[in-house]
Amino acid sequence: MSEALKVPTMAEYAAQGKQPEVLFWVGCAGSFDDRAKKITKAFVRILNKAKVDFAVLGTEESCSGDPAKRAGNEFLFQMQAMGNIEVLNAYQVKKIVTACPHCFNTIKNEYPELGGNYEVLHHTQFLKSLLEEGRLKVEGGKFKGKRITFHDPCYIGRANGEYEAPRQLLEKLEVELIEMKRCKSNGLCCGAGGAQMFKEPEAGKKDINMERTEEAIETLPSIIAAACPFCNTMITDGVKGKNKEGDIQIMDIAEMIANAEDL
Amino acid sequence: MNYLPNMIFLLALFIGVGYFINNIKKIKRNILIGKDINRFDNPKERFKNLLFIAFGQSKLVKRPVSGLLHLIVYLGFIIINIEVLEIIFDGLFATHRAFSVLGAFYDFLIGAFEILALLVLVSVIVFWIRRNLKKIKRFWNPEMKGWPKNDANIILYIEVVLMTLFLTMNAADYHLQQSGVSHYAQVGSFPISQYITPIFNSMTDGSVILIERFAWWFHILGILFFLNYLYFSKHLHILLAFPNTYFGKLTIYGKFPNNPNVTNEVKLMMDPNVDPFATPAETNVNTIPEKFGASDVMDLNWVQLLNAYTCTECGRCTSVCPANITGKKLSPRKIMMDTRDRLEEVGKNIDKNGEFIPDGKQLLDHYILKEELWACTTCNACVEACPVSIDPLSIIMDMRQYLVMEQSAAPLLLNGAMTNIENNGAPWPFNQMDRLNWKDE
Repeated sequence: MSEALKVPTMAEYAAQGKQPEVLFWVGCAGSFDDRAKKITKAFVRILNKAKVDFAVLGTEESCSGDPAKRAGNEFLFQMQAMGNIEVLNAYQVKKIVTACPHCFNTIKNEYPELGGNYEVLHHTQFLKSLLEEGRLKVEGGKFKGKRITFHDPCYIGRANGEYEAPRQLLEKLEVELIEMKRCKSNGLCCGAGGAQMFKEPEAGKKDINMERTEEAIETLPSIIAAACPFCNTMITDGVKGKNKEGDIQIMDIAEMIANAEDL
Repeated sequence: MNYLPNMIFLLALFIGVGYFINNIKKIKRNILIGKDINRFDNPKERFKNLLFIAFGQSKLVKRPVSGLLHLIVYLGFIIINIEVLEIIFDGLFATHRAFSVLGAFYDFLIGAFEILALLVLVSVIVFWIRRNLKKIKRFWNPEMKGWPKNDANIILYIEVVLMTLFLTMNAADYHLQQSGVSHYAQVGSFPISQYITPIFNSMTDGSVILIERFAWWFHILGILFFLNYLYFSKHLHILLAFPNTYFGKLTIYGKFPNNPNVTNEVKLMMDPNVDPFATPAETNVNTIPEKFGASDVMDLNWVQLLNAYTCTECGRCTSVCPANITGKKLSPRKIMMDTRDRLEEVGKNIDKNGEFIPDGKQLLDHYILKEELWACTTCNACVEACPVSIDPLSIIMDMRQYLVMEQSAAPLLLNGAMTNIENNGAPWPFNQMDRLNWKDE
């Protein structure tokens, strides 16, 4: 991390009468969770490196409402959604990128009916497009040939049918991708979705993140690649529960790319 | 000429089909207890789903072993039923193998039916072994105890009996054809039943005729019985899978519906021009505001109720459910079974009273427990796994909505998270003004 991060806000852009190319929706985890903040910063470093003209809402951003909706609180969800839509529309936002699959899903699919129409991309999709446009170059380097397994986030995979963007990025990193038994459309949830992140699990034989982590460990990976801050937390906890934190790292794909480029 | 058999046949057909139609009407009435939802849009896409998912079995074959076995039984069922048309024709008009006028094509048909019948027989036996000897886990979940388990086996036994009767009938027929008994013209080809024929060699023609007639009669009566058994069993999917795939959810799995009533409320709240002290419009005084979410079957929509009748309890949903795999009480299959059981109970209440008289019961708590609902991660694995486009997740979500919005009965920690979202715009208690602090940390 040689230079300071450049993170302009929408308010600053608006003051100069400018529009950024894309709005980076950071999300609650990306803003407040210590582990997820590292993912946010890694992604920003990539954006800075690729000279992407982006801005964040900063203190004007609020919860997307996803956990409220999945918990059944439709009222709170729509309050949040419409509040956010007012802010986004006031800034005339057209394109949004986010590193959180839950924000991604709800803004992309559930906001339009409430008056929020944007092109919404998950950060893996956005990074893929940067590569395709030649704005970002990624070389294997550090990750070349490493055994890596990828955990599909439910809200990117099954919920939105995106299985390839994260895998194509891993391919660029020249990793040896070992798929788990349950992957892509059969992927097993990490246990955090549907607002489970914010409550204790129901009584059972074991926690869902342990089940998933065991499956990931079976592939003997040196890194478990994730693409969601909540999956990241759940699997990190799982790996710690198995006392494997010394052998296996859990990294967001954005962190891997930033790392490969020494950002 | 003796018309008695034809009269008996007509009567059996009349009773069998009549009772079945009566029950189908009941199912239709029960399904329409559900709330309205528009699933008549985009017919092109819907036909495509009907064609690929129901007729083409595209989702079933994702599990190759059970998928292939099912494909055989499904094709056998559809194709062998062409034979039933001939049986009905023969039964009504006292003909014998009336369709044999088709000549060589008839030989081909009968041959194909026989081969399929054998394949079905083998598949059904393998199904039975998978269920009862291999004890595949999804057939032994707690919700399968008792009737659901017996029901599944009864269906297999009926299929074995029907296929055996069909082949016995053909074998006896073939034997009689060979013996030159009048009335049994040499028609059809019998690639399978010719191997059964030798057992009749030591019998008199009279006994073999008796066996042929017995098999013929019990085959058709068995089919009529099976038709009427459907209503009482999980086996309705052989009919309802088709409308169910047609009316299934077309939008992307991640998109959950937004409740329009809530939208109106929120819009009013956010509109600075609304007078908060205005008296509500006079016309609205007596209308009871619609309840949020679902606590009983009447609160669900008709597609969800159709889903419940369509479910054949295969348990593919439950076998991929992260909550169920890790020992939680939630089983998406049980959600569907409970919905159907409760709907049947409501239907019987209506049969008895002419309209639904509250019985002090509801789907929530009496069938589906809160503990089950709160175990769901909304991962959509169950929705993806269902071979006939059933959406258990939508019912779970509607019931959660009822718990939270009507009863404020969310788990304690979740209530805390929601309060945080309300107060500071994040599920954790961090100040919204600190949202960009990460930049400088």
